[in-house]
Amino acid sequence: MMTAMNPRMSTSMSEGRINRLEIQHVALLSRLHLTEEDITEHTVILNRILEYFAKLNELDTEGVSCTSHSINMNNVFREDVATPSLTAEDALANAPEKELNCFKVPQIIQEG
Amino acid sequence: MKVYELSVKEARDRLLQREISSRELTLGVLERIREIDPKIHAYLEVSEELAMEQAEEADKRLAKGDNISPLTGIPIAIKDNICAKGVRTTCASRILENFTPPYDATVISHLKQAGAVILGKTNMDEFAMGSSTENSGFQITRNPWNLERIPGGSSGGSAAAVASDMAICALGSDTGGSIRQPASYCSVVGLKPTYGRVSRYGLVAYGSSLDQIGPLTKNVIDAAIVLSAIAGHDPRDSTSVNKPVPDYTSYCREEIEGLRIGVPREYFAEGMDPEVANLVHSAIRRMEEMGAEIVDISLPHTQYAIACYYICAMAEASSNLARYDGAHYGYRAPDTDNIIEMYSKTRAQGFGAEVKRRIMLGTYALSAGYYDAYYLKALRVRTLIKRDFENAFEKVDIVATPVTPTAAFKIGEKITDPLTMYLSDIYTISLNLAGMCGISIPCGFTGGSLPVGLQLIANIFQEDILFRAAYAYEQSTPHHKRKPDI
Amino acid sequence: MKNEKRKMKNEKRKMKNEKRKTENEKRKNEEREMKMDLEPVIGIEIHTELSTKSKIFCGCSTKFGSSPNTQTCPVCLGMPGSLPVLNKTALEYTIRTALALHCEITEHTTFDRKNYYYPDLPKNYQISQNYACLGYNGWIEISSGKGVKRIGIHNVHLEEDAGKNIHPESGDSKEYSLVDLNRAGMPLIEIVSAPDMNGANDAMAYMTIMKNLLQYLEASDCRMQEGHLRFEVNISLKPKDSRRLGTRVEIKNLNSMKVALKSIEYEIERQKEVLESGGEVDQETRLWDEAAGITRTMRTKEFAQDYRYFPEPDLVEIHITPEWREEIRKHLPELQGQKRNRFISQYGLPEYDASILTGNKLLADYYEECVRIHSNPKTASNWIMTELLRELNQKEWEPDTCPVTSAHMGNLIKLMDEGVISGKIGKQVFSEMLDTGKMPGEIIRDKGLAQITSEDEISGIVEAVMKENEGTVEAIRGGRNKAMGFLVGEIMKKSRGKANPKLVNEILKKKIGV
Repeated sequence: MMTAMNPRMSTSMSEGRINRLEIQHVALLSRLHLTEEDITEHTVILNRILEYFAKLNELDTEGVSCTSHSINMNNVFREDVATPSLTAEDALANAPEKELNCFKVPQIIQEG
Repeated sequence: MKVYELSVKEARDRLLQREISSRELTLGVLERIREIDPKIHAYLEVSEELAMEQAEEADKRLAKGDNISPLTGIPIAIKDNICAKGVRTTCASRILENFTPPYDATVISHLKQAGAVILGKTNMDEFAMGSSTENSGFQITRNPWNLERIPGGSSGGSAAAVASDMAICALGSDTGGSIRQPASYCSVVGLKPTYGRVSRYGLVAYGSSLDQIGPLTKNVIDAAIVLSAIAGHDPRDSTSVNKPVPDYTSYCREEIEGLRIGVPREYFAEGMDPEVANLVHSAIRRMEEMGAEIVDISLPHTQYAIACYYICAMAEASSNLARYDGAHYGYRAPDTDNIIEMYSKTRAQGFGAEVKRRIMLGTYALSAGYYDAYYLKALRVRTLIKRDFENAFEKVDIVATPVTPTAAFKIGEKITDPLTMYLSDIYTISLNLAGMCGISIPCGFTGGSLPVGLQLIANIFQEDILFRAAYAYEQSTPHHKRKPDI
Repeated sequence: MKNEKRKMKNEKRKMKNEKRKTENEKRKNEEREMKMDLEPVIGIEIHTELSTKSKIFCGCSTKFGSSPNTQTCPVCLGMPGSLPVLNKTALEYTIRTALALHCEITEHTTFDRKNYYYPDLPKNYQISQNYACLGYNGWIEISSGKGVKRIGIHNVHLEEDAGKNIHPESGDSKEYSLVDLNRAGMPLIEIVSAPDMNGANDAMAYMTIMKNLLQYLEASDCRMQEGHLRFEVNISLKPKDSRRLGTRVEIKNLNSMKVALKSIEYEIERQKEVLESGGEVDQETRLWDEAAGITRTMRTKEFAQDYRYFPEPDLVEIHITPEWREEIRKHLPELQGQKRNRFISQYGLPEYDASILTGNKLLADYYEECVRIHSNPKTASNWIMTELLRELNQKEWEPDTCPVTSAHMGNLIKLMDEGVISGKIGKQVFSEMLDTGKMPGEIIRDKGLAQITSEDEISGIVEAVMKENEGTVEAIRGGRNKAMGFLVGEIMKKSRGKANPKLVNEILKKKIGV
């Protein structure tokens, strides 16, 4: 299990933009199990890519608005009308495990 | 001429004249797939039974002569990130290896209503993340023009299938060039419609604000036929635009007199293969000879487009792909003790390296402390890139550029170096960021007989101009008629 | 002149010194008190399910209690390729709520993704609002110990609900959970208060008034049993009159007002003990453990929370124009105060009755339906405030889940007013209705409870009683009118309460001859 340390605190310049601890933290947020080798590989490649991304810092974007959607649109709605649902059988057809018409999953660890 | 060699328009004419039946046409294409695909590996799944059913249904419609649309009876290949009810949809990922959607994507509903024949699902880069189709979790697709080379990506299977006559036409999806780039590498026509023109409902999301479904076809008029059939407002996609769909084929006229074509100087910069540059330049000269006016323009933020694009796309992807966790569908890692272990192992085992990399980078770009520096910064640069195009379209009707800096590269050549792979997307990604439409059309071959494409870009919802220019150019060249020797 | 001035100056200085002295003392006293007197600072997040017919982003029904996973579709199952489309009614209910809470309505409101992994959240992100919530900076007034108090509303926003995880007893085998996604994608409003409450009483008053308001707005049914109202509470303690807030603890998993209240009371005491014994309160999230009646630290706090909110690319911006906003404001349903005033003027009810009846929208609806069936506003009010409310409180029923419906009640009052039964029998019929759910007419018929109104029949009983009590009859005839009551009582007893008292009186008087 990952540690409680805050990886943000310990970025050392020698490791570039992202260090091993941060890689582990991001992997945890991403729910990706990484081996030690994976971490090493990610550290090298992600640093290269992030270094390239830093190119954007050349641009002064002070006061420039954000574009999160390609096309400006607004007020798209549906009316409040109930339509037929799938059957439980169809809903669960792809489930890796099921029981009592529910999706069955391993024990849940509270995370909030 | 063999039936599988027909274009959409040619096949349609023969079907209407009752010279061939959809059954014959479909059998012919299925036979071609059986013969050729073992060399190309374009298909992940061929749904023969479904295809024959649909062909027979189409023949009934054709016989009755009612409810016939331009795609009735036409065999079409579907990229494997578009959901079709009851047909396995994997996105070329192990994590969805056994996923069968209980619903049809809106484009599939349109195709079914039109009476098209769905041949099967084509290979792609896993979750559309890649530029070579080498990131498929299942197989490597070969370029029909040179089996040692990649077909491009991520819609590499669709492009290769159309190029090698294993489909009359195909659907792909384009987030940063995934239709146009493989079209260019395989010498077919590939269109990325304006964002919102085609419903994304049922298209498995990669970068939601960038993704669009579009056609890959043997020529421009076929692209116009397919787009006319799949475009339109969809109440199930909030980002689908409510604008009438014209018959795009009506714009396919050999006439570009007075059309102002902008040529962005930033698109012919260093790193470009001189052979490719020459072919694109001569295509532009050809259009000038046909009466178009060539205008030198600048898209000054082009050099920032790759970083901007990858941050936006990866951020969205990190969230879009969170749902593949083994809980409700898809692959689940065996023997785990608790839910977090199940999630982490399922995803570690189910996703390929590139997908993991993008999820990691996207998560990082959205995470506390980096959100402003990466994600918001990219959104601001996106505004600048969009403005570049808006400014350009005040001066010109259309922009002409290369699709890629080089022709198709060798299998394995760039796969170990993701950043170099990203950099090859330089000419295609900007217009996804800006929402504009673009098309790739064959404009010649290198000395090594590798195809090269010309990209034409039009302002949002100006597919009509795109078709006009593309069709006129295409008709003045023989490139689209050339077929690979397989 | 100079002397005068100096004198005044001296006086002033003296006063100032005195003042300073008392202020110093005051401060010392305060400081002493502060150590003893810790004041809770409480903020509450309310999550309430909206009463729309369909889910927030798809057409699945919101009906409660269906069998697992029968109200799902590709959208709310988070299937690959599915996309959300916003339910307009859900949005309008949220605007309505924000307006009623005096919020500023954000003209360009947007949705964001809140990313976290949980099996009841099939996309592993929740579509919510973070960067441009629908409403900000509102308030609502509660009555607290010292009169009316204004509680700030930090924001009001709209989001989707998650499904339900069921944890079955697994016996010897590995522990596991089952997931039902019927609730996933139900529309949910979150109302975030400012930390303006200073005790459990404030919190209770706030929760009660919010529940009431939401019902009045017809935005939510607020049925606790169906999980319509859920709470999260932030609590810290600070010395009274100090401005610096203490360390905040968040409590989650509070599925009813009662539980929220219990957790607040527990947590205040817990933090007090920690602080008074010289300890420090940890900033953390705690969960309410209903079985143990305590709050517990969440087990895995090493998982740093980072929701990575970013704009939802699958939904577009919502523009709420001033015209639209005002249109919704104009059509706000009648709220409690308005209804109370109308009850006073329309039904002639005393203010007390009107306040109680409108204290719960469902009760007010019950009352009005009752009066519509049979117009006797005051009697209806009396019966509802006494008989009905007693049962509701005892059994924790809502007015519309009580087996005695407004139709039962209206008909009962009608039968009493028509003289079919007396008030006394009415009470018997009421408790029969509670048990059986039968309509009053049926009960009266089956049990033979109808009043005796036949003069002959009553005459017979009267004569019999007069014969048994000849002495009393004589006494009355001799002028002891007071003894009449005794005879009436005897007659009613003999008729088992069914004789019409008015007729009994008339006939008795005639027979005695007074």
